[in-house]
Amino acid sequence: MMKVVRGFYSVAHAVKTCKPNVISAYPITPQTEIVENLAAMYANGELENCVYITAESEFSAASILVGASAAGARTFTATCSQGLILMSEVLINAAGMRLPIVLVNTNRALSAPLSIWNDHQDSMFMRDAGIIQVYVENNQEAHDLIPQAYKIAENSKVLLPFMVCMDGFKLTHAYEPVNLHTQEMIDEFLPPYEPVAKLSVEKPLTFGAYAPPHIYMEFRVALQNAMERARKVIEDVFKEWAEFTKRDWSGHIAAENVDGAETAVVTMGSITSLVRDVIEELRKEGKKVGLIKLRTFRPFPNDEIKKALEDVNKVIVIERAVSFGNEGQVAIEIKNALYGGNNEIYSFAVGLGGRDVPRELIVKIIDNVMKGKVKQGFYFEGVHEFREVIP
Amino acid sequence: MIEITIGAISKPMEAKKIKTGDWGTEYPVVDIEKCSGCKSCEMFCPDLCVEVVKENRKKYAVFNYDYCKGCGVCAFVCPEDAIKMEMKEIYKLEVE
Ligand code: SF4
Ligand code: SF4
Repeated sequence: MMKVVRGFYSVAHAVKTCKPNVISAYPITPQTEIVENLAAMYANGELENCVYITAESEFSAASILVGASAAGARTFTATCSQGLILMSEVLINAAGMRLPIVLVNTNRALSAPLSIWNDHQDSMFMRDAGIIQVYVENNQEAHDLIPQAYKIAENSKVLLPFMVCMDGFKLTHAYEPVNLHTQEMIDEFLPPYEPVAKLSVEKPLTFGAYAPPHIYMEFRVALQNAMERARKVIEDVFKEWAEFTKRDWSGHIAAENVDGAETAVVTMGSITSLVRDVIEELRKEGKKVGLIKLRTFRPFPNDEIKKALEDVNKVIVIERAVSFGNEGQVAIEIKNALYGGNNEIYSFAVGLGGRDVPRELIVKIIDNVMKGKVKQGFYFEGVHEFREVIP
Repeated sequence: MIEITIGAISKPMEAKKIKTGDWGTEYPVVDIEKCSGCKSCEMFCPDLCVEVVKENRKKYAVFNYDYCKGCGVCAFVCPEDAIKMEMKEIYKLEVE
């Protein structure tokens, strides 16, 4: 059923059809309306066999879900920014305990200075946690990813937390036409969660027990192995979804017009639409430029990137985050994937803290690289000239 | 070949086998004469390793050094100043 809804609702409706057993959350802009929508559904009796627990912090919300997930419940939360960072201590444990918690991160900048607006610094901070990360371009993709996220996370070969990353405000607050799932459809696609081990009063267990040096490393290797196995499971579920709904979002990456391209731009999240638009125009002018939309960020699709970009001379990464003291995280990963190749790599951090990224800026970046006006390296774009003063 | 459980899941109380008492630098010693048996230390110990026992009508605190982390909370909360934190022998080594 096609409806014009906001990003919040596209997520909440999808979560509802996945029949979660425990939802716990703490409000934080621009996520709040996702869980508010779910709270309303819960209050209206639309969520059967579900408990909605309001927590006093993100730390508690995540802790509640760890307990619930260990007890065999299908769980959901949403958060972002400082809220995600507050959850991080718990979520890292959830990864180690191999609990398939699904959360939506409505990407928002990190403090300080305080900013409620969009960039990818928050989820990038969680890069190394053992949590699957997939970024979406629009609200239909977010809506579609939710049932897939449960199916992937709960697969016995995987059993990892899954973070759906959608741009705060840019998607969450935007009205878009979304083809909403029916309950029958998701019942057919997503089987009930069958935990491999669960807490119960009859059979108490310890989760994430203490591991001294002679045994710890094996658990972390097992976590890496689960991430490696997730690659195939994610790909299979993406394919299954595409066949099931006839909406094909492609695999770990979506490579558009990169065959025979001299230049390719790599993007992640909602900025992809703008960049695609610019690229289409440039292609009409005869410029050989393609696009890589990066969807899966963890596990990182090294082979897919290598295959798609091997013969592309210039690779431009445009991203909304930076690892202070190095460069943008996506660029770091792309360089790693392309190691040993002949590609020139240009990395640009844009739009931090919701800074507008106008079309002209994208045109300028691509144009300058194609014309050889910039050297390979890392640049911030769209920044005012400034100097630091002491007040 | 060793076996590990998914998510480090184990039977309850398995961690009890691992004596964490050697992590600390100091350990508490009680002056039985001063101790009134008020149980403050027992209540505040974050590792549940103090027990107030009764012997010949005298109550006093006993420590389980297998798990005591040497944090000194018990000594801090004791209203009778009956607990002293002592340095473990191995940390007394001084090199000139
Ligand atoms: S030193 Fe700390 S851990 Fe040890 S008995 Fe006292 S309160 Fe407990
Ligand atoms: S707090 Fe002090 S006085 Fe009270 S039981 Fe413990 S050692 Fe004894």
